[in-house]
Amino acid sequence: MATDSQPATNGIAVDVRGVNKSFGSGESRLHVLKDVSLQARTGEILMLVGPSGCGKTTLLSAIAGTMGVDSGEIDVLGNPLHRMRGGALTRFRAKNIGFIFQQFNLIPTITCAENVSVPLLIRGVSASAAKKKAREVLDAVGMGDRWKDRPGKLSGGQQQRIAIARALVHEPPLVICDEPTAALDAKNGEIVLDLFRQVARAAGRAVIIVTHDNRIFSYADRIARMDDGCIVDVHRTDPRETAHFEHEVPH
Amino acid sequence: MIGLALKMLFGDTAKYLMLIAGLFLATFLIVQQVSVFCGLMRWTTSTLKNVGAPIWVVEERVEQVNETNALRDTDVARVRSVSEVAWAMPVFSGIQRVRMDDGSFKTIQLIGIDSASLAGAPTRILEGTLIDLRLPNAVIVDELAVERLSKGRPHPLTLGDTFEINDIEARVVGICEAKRSFTGGPYVWTTYERALQYTPPSRKMLSAVIAGPVEGVSVDEAAAAIEKATGLKAFVNRGFGENEKDFNTSTIWWYVRNTGIPVSFGTTVVIGLIVGIAIACQTFYAFVLDNLMHLGALKAMGTSSFRLSMMLIVQAFTVGFIGFGLGLAASSVFAAGAIERGQPPVYIPWILPVATFGVILAICSLAALLGIFRLSRFEPAMVFRA
Repeated sequence: MATDSQPATNGIAVDVRGVNKSFGSGESRLHVLKDVSLQARTGEILMLVGPSGCGKTTLLSAIAGTMGVDSGEIDVLGNPLHRMRGGALTRFRAKNIGFIFQQFNLIPTITCAENVSVPLLIRGVSASAAKKKAREVLDAVGMGDRWKDRPGKLSGGQQQRIAIARALVHEPPLVICDEPTAALDAKNGEIVLDLFRQVARAAGRAVIIVTHDNRIFSYADRIARMDDGCIVDVHRTDPRETAHFEHEVPH
Repeated sequence: MIGLALKMLFGDTAKYLMLIAGLFLATFLIVQQVSVFCGLMRWTTSTLKNVGAPIWVVEERVEQVNETNALRDTDVARVRSVSEVAWAMPVFSGIQRVRMDDGSFKTIQLIGIDSASLAGAPTRILEGTLIDLRLPNAVIVDELAVERLSKGRPHPLTLGDTFEINDIEARVVGICEAKRSFTGGPYVWTTYERALQYTPPSRKMLSAVIAGPVEGVSVDEAAAAIEKATGLKAFVNRGFGENEKDFNTSTIWWYVRNTGIPVSFGTTVVIGLIVGIAIACQTFYAFVLDNLMHLGALKAMGTSSFRLSMMLIVQAFTVGFIGFGLGLAASSVFAAGAIERGQPPVYIPWILPVATFGVILAICSLAALLGIFRLSRFEPAMVFRA
């Protein structure tokens, strides 16, 4: 079960072994994850790619501990997520995982600094201390001067940077990102991915990104390709390749 | 997280104001309507307060103080003969017509009391003296009479002024303080004998006998002894409560059972309740739906369901407190105005704001529960499904 002390992981942040997940029952039963096994290492960016409906988001949800699986095992930072329930799982997420959502999910009625301080408030940090820390992280992502603004005043790229700050403010060892560039133009996508790279490298974090935006594949250390609920290929990207955005919409 | 919950609430200005408005309206309608109803019910027992006596003896079929089935004059002596009774005096109570100086008529509540003892006289004389009531044609009027019977006069009714009750002269020798009557007419006191002169004659004219117990005997025991000895109905006069032998209680329940007043006021109260529930629950549910993805994101990020539920409860109760506070303040302003003007009747018993607060909290709890129920069905994984 989860404990506050981190078990030894030998550089493996996430270890998924033989995971199966289905939705529905009877004839309408949909087998979404089929015996999926995958590892994500600390300090790397792992991208889960594949066509829509292939199970990327379901696998990401399972790794994040927001969705249970039917069978198989998931160790995250050495903790067996598949055995955790209720409060333990909630506390584990609060402490160890940073979330970046496709639509950012910033609360529109509070300031950027308050949005960023949310994970600290969840962990019981005082509002003033949380806000102070939030402003430091906002500085780090280049949004220090917008801390008083509400998210509605910011561009998509700026909002995503606020979301990144929120995901990092409590210094989680694992960052989960769902389509982080889907709502961004090429320039902002580039800025955001550069940030991810710094995030993964600097603090030895694991960053798992679900995407089907092939403009950003070159930012990954490894790419796991999924199709029809299975991991069909995991390969390391060429470190000599310079990451770049094509300034036109793919597909 | 509580601060965050409040910021989320206050930040959505439209829904926040709508919630406040719904709960304000519910509070105002409930408190205002119930307080007018209570005030009206209190007016039905004004005669019992204005003619202070611990025991009222009436004809056995009488159920409320404004109903007069006259007794025989000899019934006063029958009541006096009861050993538990220290004193017993006749009282006349009836609605009569006063002719104004301009020829128009106003109704009054004429009270006739024993001239020797003056038992049942007004308790607070503002001008003049009580014993002057024994003078010829003397009457004591209340403040409302000064207001109502001054029409057509060069100056407000005052001591020494005269008017006619059923064509017989009445001279004002005193002005007193009195509770307003349910019928709306001012109270006018005179002696029992003179009250009979002012009133068109009939075979029996004694409205009631007021009495007091001998020392060492309780009011209830004396009333029971009077009933046993005379066969008349003897009510105690303590104030509205659970005792059916209390004339106030009996009177108010009579009005509740036999008039459409409670249905009329009750309908408005129910409407207030429905408006409160409908607006508060619907708006709060819409607020939760609007914020569902944000609340879901908080859930995914590690906020426990308990904590999220507490956030919704804090939000619902906050608008409840504010809406209730504003509604109660508005009701108080209305009540202050009504008391200043003298009508409509308003009475806010302490239980009314407490009960209304309970109702508002119940509405808020229901609204919060709807939100909590919706949120409980929202899996944190759904936040990944854009």
